[in-house]
Amino acid sequence: MSAPTDAELRSILTEAIRSVAPEANVDALAPDAELREELEIDSIDVLNLAIALHEATGVDIPERDYAELATLARGAAYLRRRLAG
Amino acid sequence: MPSLGADMEAGTVLAWHVAAGDRVARGQVVMLVDTDKAEIETEIWEDGVVVEILVPVGRKVPVGTPLLRLRGAGAAAEPPAAKPPAPPPPAAAPPPAPPPVRAPAPAPPPPLAASPHARRLARERGIDLAKVHGTGPHGAVLASDIEAAGPAATPPAAPPPPAAAREPESPLGPERLASMRSAIANAMARSKREIPHYYLEHDLDLSPAVAWLEAENTRRPVTERLVLGVLLLKATAVALARVPELNGHYVDGAFRPGAGIHVGVAIAVRGGGLLAPALLDADRKPIGQLMVELRDLVARARRARLRGAESNAATITVTSLGDLGVDKVFGVIQPPQVALVGFGAVRERPWAERGMLAVRPVVTATLAADHRVSDGMRGARLLTAIEKALAQPEAL
Repeated sequence: MSAPTDAELRSILTEAIRSVAPEANVDALAPDAELREELEIDSIDVLNLAIALHEATGVDIPERDYAELATLARGAAYLRRRLAG
Repeated sequence: MPSLGADMEAGTVLAWHVAAGDRVARGQVVMLVDTDKAEIETEIWEDGVVVEILVPVGRKVPVGTPLLRLRGAGAAAEPPAAKPPAPPPPAAAPPPAPPPVRAPAPAPPPPLAASPHARRLARERGIDLAKVHGTGPHGAVLASDIEAAGPAATPPAAPPPPAAAREPESPLGPERLASMRSAIANAMARSKREIPHYYLEHDLDLSPAVAWLEAENTRRPVTERLVLGVLLLKATAVALARVPELNGHYVDGAFRPGAGIHVGVAIAVRGGGLLAPALLDADRKPIGQLMVELRDLVARARRARLRGAESNAATITVTSLGDLGVDKVFGVIQPPQVALVGFGAVRERPWAERGMLAVRPVVTATLAADHRVSDGMRGARLLTAIEKALAQPEAL
């Protein structure tokens, strides 16, 4: 994937979140909302989110970086860095 | 209609995956049933040929109602002309009473004929799944196949409203949550009315487990990574093998040991629901496999879509509230089970050992158990056996 736009990154993230929290109102999420609190996601959801993002982007997110997925904004920034690197 | 949970009184047939004339095999998913708590992919427990479907889609019937007529495997070998004078006795899924002698490991159900999304779509559009050509693995019907099969029965939807106004896609509507809540209320009220609970707690040093997990997860690709919760589940299952008095059901005034160790996992359903489907034979499965099954179970429970074998087979329940940050949980036993193990948050705590003070990752394990069946001594053995199992994570 070459230099995805901000909208593409957000869409990748929201699709991944939808897959782990199908009933969540993902479209209403603010960029800096804490996903853990807003969506009541637990450690298995976080792992499933990492797997969904891996499937969508090919980026293997190590466990120590899970904190980077705390919000949509941080998650998008993290993915951009990883895809660029 | 099989009992798909101790608290189930009736079920609605949502879909038949077989029709008259179909050959079915023990363990095969033959229908989708709506209990008050979830939609259950329900298996049949006999081999044979379907003679007649007795309950049509959409009808709600009490537990124990015959659902289909089956010609047994033996009879099926006879020429079709040899029609029995009287119809054979209706056969269906297991009897309504909680299954005392379930086979140790139900045969794994064959691949589902359709994805859950495809089923929902088909139902909404009034399309018969059996008539759709599946392009998924093993001919499974996918949502795209349904879309290809025909237009929506309803007129095409209006253009989607602006994102902000759109309702979230919610497989769990308020009705489902309300009926789930009422089923939980019945089971928990019965538990507290009938079961004399006793409670134990024990702090466990998780340093070996945490260290092993970190090393494992660095090595494993993301799809095979483990969570600490799966170690706690496996340790509980392994410990139960040593204290079988806490694994099973209390039925008609007597304890019936479980035929296997099927660990019910309490899974919160957002919006206020709770399901505790079972990881079957959890003590005997490698940790990696258990993790894959746990992820799958959580994903399906969140959509309130389970399979029959896992919805009523649990011989004990494990509840973990650690992700919410509380230190311990004193649970309510899910009847007819006789014990519940709880884990709180893993925290760094001061830990004194051999005259030294250290800081260790510690979790409080709790046990709620049925005093009609076991005493504190047995209960204590279970918690110490869990501790031992977690001290050697590489053996789990």
